[in-house]
Amino acid sequence: MTKFKLNGREVSARSPDDSPLLWVVRDELGLTGTKFGCGIGFCGACTVHVDGRATRSCITPIAAVAGSSVTTIEGLDPEGKHPLQVAWREQQVPQCGYCQPGQIMQACTLLRDYPNPTDEHIDACMSGNLCRCMAYPRIRKAIHIAATRIRDGGDRG
Amino acid sequence: MTRRRIVLSVIALGVIAFFVVSWRSPIPPRSAPTTFPPGQIGKGQILAAEGHCASCHTAPGGEPYAGGYAMKTPFGTIYGTNITPDPETGIGLYSLAAFTRAMREGIRRDGAHLFPAFPYYAFTRLTNEDVGALYAYLMSRPPVRADVPKDTLRFPLSIRAFQSGWKLLFFRPGPLPGDTGKSAEWNRGAYLAEAVADCSGCHTPRNPLGAERAKAPYAGAVVEGWIAPALTGANPSPIPWTQEEMVEYLRAGTTALHGATAGTMTAAIRDALDAPQVPESDLRALGVYFSDMAHANAAAARIESVTRAALATSARGLGDEQDPGAVIYAGACIGCHYNAEPAPLAARPELGLSSTLTLSRPTNLVQAVLRGVGTNQGGRGLAMPAYASALSDGEIAALAAYLRRTRTELPPWTDLEQEIARTRRELADSN
Repeated sequence: MTKFKLNGREVSARSPDDSPLLWVVRDELGLTGTKFGCGIGFCGACTVHVDGRATRSCITPIAAVAGSSVTTIEGLDPEGKHPLQVAWREQQVPQCGYCQPGQIMQACTLLRDYPNPTDEHIDACMSGNLCRCMAYPRIRKAIHIAATRIRDGGDRG
Repeated sequence: MTRRRIVLSVIALGVIAFFVVSWRSPIPPRSAPTTFPPGQIGKGQILAAEGHCASCHTAPGGEPYAGGYAMKTPFGTIYGTNITPDPETGIGLYSLAAFTRAMREGIRRDGAHLFPAFPYYAFTRLTNEDVGALYAYLMSRPPVRADVPKDTLRFPLSIRAFQSGWKLLFFRPGPLPGDTGKSAEWNRGAYLAEAVADCSGCHTPRNPLGAERAKAPYAGAVVEGWIAPALTGANPSPIPWTQEEMVEYLRAGTTALHGATAGTMTAAIRDALDAPQVPESDLRALGVYFSDMAHANAAAARIESVTRAALATSARGLGDEQDPGAVIYAGACIGCHYNAEPAPLAARPELGLSSTLTLSRPTNLVQAVLRGVGTNQGGRGLAMPAYASALSDGEIAALAAYLRRTRTELPPWTDLEQEIARTRRELADSN
């Protein structure tokens, strides 16, 4: 039994200690916003936050997050209005959309570490999040917009 | 009398004499007192945290101090004992005299010799006051009835009487000689390191009989599959361990300039040196002692240039699709490990400043990549995924060789794939 917080709620996972966090979140706890992509930590689709930082959930065993706070795309903002989510919608970033929850969770940590990101910051921090629809220019643009709004409008992010 | 008989008689007499010499009397059982002055208990609590007693005397997920932690040694597995005051399975029948003898001489209450997995060779240097405080703290904790598994030491090492021979060879009882040429803070650090926390227990290499090599103090050693780096001038960290860096590391488990701890060192920090009751002054004393040992202050001037050079390599690998190691770094590592000017962030351990890349062996890098790092290790709130199921031995070898080549000026590691395969097998065995 592994206990952790999922989107602010205490949960106990019955899956074995070495179960990937992604499977537990999707299959045992029923939150399917986080996606399965490559299963080897190389595409970023499964990115969630562990104690507020982007982490690939497909190869993170649940034992590694015992006692921690896990946030998925469902828990990023109660109304889905995190500045990144707003910018994402405005810029029509997604095409097929499959990688986008992971992109947004990763971008969130990027903005926390680099509130005024340059293109190099974005390219480096987002390098592990792949988009087969090649939405990269729009992702980059949306990140810049969200960064500006967070800077101007308070400490969201 | 034949010659053979004489020889046999001499051997027999020798054996008898050995067991007579090694024999220690039991100390009568006595129900330990349960009330102590609060100040004494509090002091013992601090010492128990600084000595990270729980790291060996608590099983993973088990009751604190109830024993059962499996310590893997080259001689077999030794299980940490139950040191709660339970009279049957713990130390509830130890008088203060019996407890003191165990701490100072490595003798169990019933007279049996303890193995030096229990660092009585360090605790022999504790003051009477501190032994009494530890006794007060442990005896005022709730008793837990818990048997621990039997040790798996190979015969004849399993014969405890032979430990008297080990003690004769390697054990020097008595207090720590102070160094009057050093400051009081340095001497406090030395006491904490050498009497309380037994830092050398992991950081000093051992001889074939399991004793610390007196001629190589703090020269670094392999402990439970991880390298405990040298803490002398031979320390491999690109950034010197100044007092400030050491204090921060021991408190937080990570610093921006050294990266996060993992593996066995976690137990010396989590709920130990980072416990709220441990005074800052003690961490500062340890910082003085070890920064002096590593001659860190003399090297402090290079911190800025080394940091700058590391930051310049942090994005290296992006877009380099010809190099298989770079492709793995850009796909799996850079998203979390990338750092930019003006300074690296503690939450993004900078590989260009990490001793995992500058140690003579890739051991710690391989461990971290295969196992990942849980939020219960390393820096608080930092998790690293476990790549054991994601990367092949060849891919990890390519990544390790690439990082070593591009982030250090050191010669390439040899036998990378063999070490990765071996670590993977050990990991599978331990699960």
